Amino acid sequence: MVFLSSARVVLDQADISRAVRRISHEIVENSRGSDDLIILGIPTRGVPLARRIAETVAQIEGHPVPCGALDVTLYRDDLRLREVRALEPTDIPAQGIDGCTVVLVDDVLYSGRTIRAALDAVHDLGRPAIVRLAVMIDRGHRELPIRPDFIGKNLPTAKDETVRVRFVEIDGVDDVMIDSESVGDADAG
Amino acid sequence: MQMLGKHLLSAGDLDRAQALMILDTTAELASVTERSVKKLPTLRGRTVVNLFFEDSTRTRLSFELAAKRLSADVITFSAKGSSVSKGESLKDTALTLEAMGADAVIVRHGASGAPYRLATAGWIDGSVINAGDGTHEHPTQALLDAYTLRSHICGGQGDLQGVHVVIVGDVLHSRVARSNVLLLHTLGAEVTLVAPPTLIPVGVESWPCSVSYHLDDALMQADAVMMLRVQAERMAGSYFPSTLEYSRLYGLDAPRLELLKDRAIVMHPGPMNRGLEISADVADSSRAVIVEQVANGVNVRMACLYLLLGGAGSQAGGD
Amino acid sequence: MGAVVLRGGAPYGLDPHDIVIDDGVITAMTPSNQSGSNALPAEGVELELDASGCTVIPGLVDLHTHLREPGREDAETIATGSQAAAMGGFTCVHAMANTSPVADTAGVIEQVWRRGVEAGIVDVRPVGAVTVELKGEQLAELGAMASSAASVRVFSDDGLCVHDPLLMRRALEYVKTFDGVVAQHAQDPRLTEAAQMNEGALSARLGLAGWPAVAEEAIIARDVLLAEHVGSRLHVCHVSTAGSVEVIRWAKTRGIPVTAEVTPHHLLLTEELVESFDPIYKVNPPLRRAEDVHALREAVVEGTIDIIATDHAPHPREDKDCEWAAAAMGMVGLETALGIAVEVFIESGLLTWRDLADRMSTIPARIGQVPDQGMPIAPGSAANITVWDPSPQGPLEVDALVGKSGNSPYLGRQMPGTVRHVLFRGRPSVVDGALA
Repeated sequence: MVFLSSARVVLDQADISRAVRRISHEIVENSRGSDDLIILGIPTRGVPLARRIAETVAQIEGHPVPCGALDVTLYRDDLRLREVRALEPTDIPAQGIDGCTVVLVDDVLYSGRTIRAALDAVHDLGRPAIVRLAVMIDRGHRELPIRPDFIGKNLPTAKDETVRVRFVEIDGVDDVMIDSESVGDADAG
Repeated sequence: MQMLGKHLLSAGDLDRAQALMILDTTAELASVTERSVKKLPTLRGRTVVNLFFEDSTRTRLSFELAAKRLSADVITFSAKGSSVSKGESLKDTALTLEAMGADAVIVRHGASGAPYRLATAGWIDGSVINAGDGTHEHPTQALLDAYTLRSHICGGQGDLQGVHVVIVGDVLHSRVARSNVLLLHTLGAEVTLVAPPTLIPVGVESWPCSVSYHLDDALMQADAVMMLRVQAERMAGSYFPSTLEYSRLYGLDAPRLELLKDRAIVMHPGPMNRGLEISADVADSSRAVIVEQVANGVNVRMACLYLLLGGAGSQAGGD
Repeated sequence: MGAVVLRGGAPYGLDPHDIVIDDGVITAMTPSNQSGSNALPAEGVELELDASGCTVIPGLVDLHTHLREPGREDAETIATGSQAAAMGGFTCVHAMANTSPVADTAGVIEQVWRRGVEAGIVDVRPVGAVTVELKGEQLAELGAMASSAASVRVFSDDGLCVHDPLLMRRALEYVKTFDGVVAQHAQDPRLTEAAQMNEGALSARLGLAGWPAVAEEAIIARDVLLAEHVGSRLHVCHVSTAGSVEVIRWAKTRGIPVTAEVTPHHLLLTEELVESFDPIYKVNPPLRRAEDVHALREAVVEGTIDIIATDHAPHPREDKDCEWAAAAMGMVGLETALGIAVEVFIESGLLTWRDLADRMSTIPARIGQVPDQGMPIAPGSAANITVWDPSPQGPLEVDALVGKSGNSPYLGRQMPGTVRHVLFRGRPSVVDGALA
């Protein structure tokens, strides 16, 4: 990854760790201890985040929490604007999502279009009782009426700024960086 | 990453990365078939035309289903009972389709190279997918064959490095054989062609495969046997003396099945001539994955349609 | 008509001369650097043509052209074909017999001959069919055609092969009566059923039925032995393989009276072009390998192949604007033949202009027994003259072709020059690069 001199770290590893714990507690509290939680991460970086949240919730609750991945590429509304994208893995827990509380997890919430696509994808997979949204960063500039239920950090940004969340599982390090030189959001959502 | 380019005309055009991209995309799409809502909105608003000059219910339906599962609008133009059968030229048919706004044309034609003409003559703007041209190629068949092999022999992942595939039958006239030899080689498999010398093309030495005239020897090393359809009409061209002799020497029957390794599979692109190149016993045995090939065909074709039409690059005039 | 003066052209690429033509004959030739006015007639000059910087050779003679009339006037007529020939520097063409009706009787022969005379642009010499309707079953009335006003001496079923060995023997024997020659299209029909391109690794890969070299070579081998046995002249049309060259070479060392021709496209283009599946490259015999092209060039230089002949084969656009298998076989060639020959032989230094003139004018005239064509550029010769301008040309455009059909594989290609003037029996058929 190219380091641009204008980039600055806004969350470090400790901050992320704390945010994961807090989000997990909020999820547990919000679901009132129900046992039909399913955590689905949106690739790419929503997936390791979902796994950490699921593990933490499992620790809190004392029983395993099903966790998976939901690729939303095929549901996006902006496919024709760019080169065709490779599909990412989708892995839905075997019991399905009917009647469950699905918590969608993504690293950055931006225009809201990714989540809209995710809602369409979830809708085709089954009929969950409740759908919630957890994100590490909410950077504003929503284009659709989508709001997160669980937030790591609110990060007001300018449109020409870039927000990058990095996780050890993928990038070898945990942090969130903001950069004023626009490099193009890889996972803009 | 460079995806597939605008057209899918030949298996030989795909490099290893592109071939794996198609197979991996197929794996993701396969789960769609298992859901209750077997539909994706991805190609909504796109028009896909099936242009079938040769009769082929199986391939045509496969492509139709693939396109519909991606929510594309599908028009089927088949040779019988259309202006094509009244002598309309390929060019005029293509111009008509262009006027209807086809984003992709899936073409099956009896003349080798017909898809190339459609792709390069300037009659249409959209993507061209070769669904089988004469005795030249059938790239989506090779892709679904590779996908089937990968599922059974390689745990559904990666390439086909070291997998030994034996292809048996009328190689000379087989577009399935040509596409398979190219694609299997690209994916690292070892291919052996088995046929009487009259059905092996001149110049096969330049192909990335071995050739044998003896089926029994080849079967013993095979991880997969792919039986090609043999047309009885070939006797008229003196390619073999009788169907009986052909079956005796090159047909896959129950005794020959015993020669195969434990986990080897039997494949066939269909339609089968039960009793000629493959016996009924073998076709119905547990080693035969022929029905699965058909299912995989739909998913592979969904992957191809997605990768060709699912982005901006496929549009000629822009959004 | 008064005298025509061709000024400053170099006969056979040698020293520039001023050439005076009168009454259809070259009357005087003087070197251009001598003071002009003394050498020329003071009055009676009707036309002066500037040939400075150009090469002057005898008018080209094509032993193999398809003019399509009667029957396929949508592709070409005798008139348009004559125009195309003139623009290519030809003053004589032999029109093949595979018309509709076939030229297998004196009646059709004389019709073609008369249309050529009416057009009056080149000498149209009709070729007579060997067998009735080209069916290969029964000899056509070769004698009647020979005695006709067209004085046919060249007979060919071209388009098809005279494959029956007995019939080929009879034809070779029969034409001895009038010292005719049988021109064979060497293609064993059984080995080339539905063939689409040269048989080899490429045809195997492209899934196109192959046309094996042996189907040509085996017929030539048989025919040269027949010609030797009966003591008659054989001419081999459009030789396309290295193997055929070897057979002909062997036959000539044995003293067999065989002559052979090659087309410009077989001297330049190879089968790799077929990978595009563009039917502009579909031709019979098919484009072959680089080794074949190389062997054919050597054979022309050596004389094993005696002449270059175009096999000009016009087809209407719809017969090429389709998939390969449905497309007609053939390329037009009259207007580009000399340019290709210059590129292959003159620019490379493989042949001198005199050698090339032999192979495109003098020798074809001799094989076809055309009395006043192919004569040397010298006083007393019939004035069938071609003037070649070596100034490089822009890419060839289909609109530049005057023939009726545009199926040329050289569209978009830079040509190494152009035909500037042509004199046919002393009268200009082409002036300054355009029809007169």
